[in-house]
Amino acid sequence: MASHGIKDRVAIVGMGCTPFTEAWDKGVDDMALEASNEAFAAAGISKDDVDAYWLGTAQSGMSGITLARALQLQAKPVTRVENYCATGSEALRQAAYAVASGAYDVAMAVGVEKVKDSGYQGLNAFPIPNDGTTRTLTAAGAFSMVAPAYAEKYGVELDDLKRVLARIASKNHFNGARNPRAQFRKEMSVEQICAMPPVAGLLSVFDCAGVADGSAAAIVVRAEDAHRYTDRPIYIKALSFVAGNGSGLADPDYDYTWFPEIAACAADAYAQAGISDDPTSRIAMAEVHDCFTPTELVLMEDLQFSARGTAWRDVEAGRFDLGGELPVNPDGGLKSFGHPVGASGLRMMFEAWLQLRGEAPDDRRISSISGDRNLALTHNLGGYPGEMVSFVSLLGPELG
Amino acid sequence: MRGIISHGVYLPHRRLDRSTIAAVAGTGGGKGSRTVASYDEDSTTLAVEAARRALRSTPARPGALWFSTVTPAYLDKTNATAVHAALRLDDSAVAADFGGAVRSGVAALRAALAGGPTTVVVAADVRTGLPGSADEAAGADAGAALVVGDGSDAPVIAELIGSGAATDEFLDRWRTPGDNRTRQWEEKFGETRYVPLAVAAFRAALADAGVEPDGVDHLVVASTHPRAAKAAIRKLGVDATKVVDDLAATVGNPGAAQPALLLSSALESASPGQVVVLLSLADGADALVFRTTDAIAGHQVADPLAAQVSSGAPLPYGKFLAWRGMLTPEPPRRPEPARPSASAAGRSEDWKFAFVGSRDRSTGALHLPPARVSRDGGAIDEMEPAPMAEIGGTIVTFTIDKLVYSPSPPVVFAVVDFDGGGRAPIELTDVDPGDVAIGDRVAMTFRRLYSADGIHNYFWKARPVRSTENPASEG
Repeated sequence: MASHGIKDRVAIVGMGCTPFTEAWDKGVDDMALEASNEAFAAAGISKDDVDAYWLGTAQSGMSGITLARALQLQAKPVTRVENYCATGSEALRQAAYAVASGAYDVAMAVGVEKVKDSGYQGLNAFPIPNDGTTRTLTAAGAFSMVAPAYAEKYGVELDDLKRVLARIASKNHFNGARNPRAQFRKEMSVEQICAMPPVAGLLSVFDCAGVADGSAAAIVVRAEDAHRYTDRPIYIKALSFVAGNGSGLADPDYDYTWFPEIAACAADAYAQAGISDDPTSRIAMAEVHDCFTPTELVLMEDLQFSARGTAWRDVEAGRFDLGGELPVNPDGGLKSFGHPVGASGLRMMFEAWLQLRGEAPDDRRISSISGDRNLALTHNLGGYPGEMVSFVSLLGPELG
Repeated sequence: MRGIISHGVYLPHRRLDRSTIAAVAGTGGGKGSRTVASYDEDSTTLAVEAARRALRSTPARPGALWFSTVTPAYLDKTNATAVHAALRLDDSAVAADFGGAVRSGVAALRAALAGGPTTVVVAADVRTGLPGSADEAAGADAGAALVVGDGSDAPVIAELIGSGAATDEFLDRWRTPGDNRTRQWEEKFGETRYVPLAVAAFRAALADAGVEPDGVDHLVVASTHPRAAKAAIRKLGVDATKVVDDLAATVGNPGAAQPALLLSSALESASPGQVVVLLSLADGADALVFRTTDAIAGHQVADPLAAQVSSGAPLPYGKFLAWRGMLTPEPPRRPEPARPSASAAGRSEDWKFAFVGSRDRSTGALHLPPARVSRDGGAIDEMEPAPMAEIGGTIVTFTIDKLVYSPSPPVVFAVVDFDGGGRAPIELTDVDPGDVAIGDRVAMTFRRLYSADGIHNYFWKARPVRSTENPASEG
């Protein structure tokens, strides 16, 4: 019994990503087609060359037919997966394992979400019939409870923490402003963000992920076949997933200053990749699930980028800025790029794909990659503090 | 000996200052204040809260529950069953509604006193009328519960020693089903009918009890017709100082709940060996004569009425109108919640209606909601029920959510740790968002979260413990 991982056995050889936006004129089919075609072109193949498909969508379509019909796939196995906001990452994980198992030569993961057809702002979960006792709280409300708990535990004044959180949002806006595919392309100062009225606890709308439609896609093959499709494949070093048991909701020992599911998931990912020392000695960039600013703050500690209780200082010092020692969310993150649920996990990998291949535009290209320090981490979560799913991947441009 | 073995009342947290009405409605209002049920309360939840308080002060296990209200949450479906579930009464205990008319409140009490098992008689009403009306200003929202028994499982504190009644068909107040207001004939006509009925019932009851009017220590008069009540009192031969305050200035008239509310008030101040008469005027007259026993001296009242009257917080008239459906503000632009599933609710009846979790017998780990598999050690089906409704808690962290759907935004939500173990993320109620702090003490309260498709979604929320309240029990 062990989590062995599939280090260096599978490579990403083609990716695509639509702009994330309120796409009033595009449906699920349009966006999935657009992202898929970009990925086919990058790998130099057609839809018929792909042996099996995984579709990640949280609630924009049921079954593999949603993708098979959109792309007019002929007699292909297509599986629809859902794992909260980590749905896109889950699709990639399944496709990668299918190739690693030897079942298929070429597999594809497509993530897509059409959230702007509901007529409401924000994300709205499809209700499953229940006994009426489930929580009455938005995700913003649930994650907002992290901020006062963190401030209390580590002796940070709430006003200071508010500025730290605003700095995270400001950084992600700065990065997103340099990303033509991002939903929000406007820089926002810490002062501007701090001046916004709260909507949930300390949080204003500028502490929340953008809500956008979009799609992203990846094609995976066995590592030894990768150079048949591209000169610069990206190798999968680790794929880790943890589904929490919800105990944080009922366990008085849980203090809302960390996410145990993510800490466990990160540790597993580092083990799969053979990283036993400080992971930041190998990781040159990270795309993390900044659904709300307190989430990104706590993630820095759960992913072992900062020691417990110190991430807020690292944020203030600019360590995670685009030009910082460890750039986090160089593409703007959920905050600025937008969050089409089923697409977000693959969007994170798309940024790793661009940065590790040196294809990111000049004005947001990171300079932290050097020698052995050439890995990208993507982190994707779903759920709420206390009941969460977590995904962590490690990707690298070289074998070994 | 049959009589009252316990009593309890529940006044909702909010108060409407009657002087604020006229500025908006253009008419009506008056002096003093009235109690107002929160947007998440209805006659069923008010009844649960009152009955909880009555049962807290007695070890008796009722075998019957009679619930009276003029404003039932459901028709066709019994409302008393939700009260029964919230109180965790035995499955074998009968629960039924006495609905429709104000008189049903005192009628349910008469039925319980007539015999049968130990019985909870609970009445609750949400009283309002059109903006600016006399009913709107004079009404009240409240619940009141009396536990009636023969002394076999708990001592009787007030024995029934006589009763009288008078009935007549005449039109004073009426409402057709579905209407949101009660209409009234010219007041003077009702007065001419009520006064002789009241005198007749009172005299018959005193004769039955063998008590003279000057032997009455506490005279409780409940009435839907204050003018008639006042006139009747003058004809009964009871000294004005013996008449129990009708709470019109501070609470208002809670309709079907008024007889039990005022009787409870009288019993709170009565000493052993006193005569307490309840006279109720509603489509006739009912008179019940009680003599308090020695047991009343040692009877501890949970959350006394006086403390509840003096607490509470003001509610703006606009919100009052919105909460009663007389004003429809723009709802939040969020999807409305789906109706709860009857079968899912049925499976989790103890959790949903009575806030019962489960406790791992070996590790003590408390699960809210109840679970079959322990999060601590993984034992399967090694749990015992953990009733949490009466356990106090402390706020660990909280948030104000202005985005989520609520019948009355914003939602104030907290993570609550219960005394003796257990945690639940739960909505707060009866609280102003600015007044919440980590470390605040809370108690659980039965509420209606929302209604969808005509289904009322009942569950528990937490509310701040009032400064006048005994601390909630330690687990």
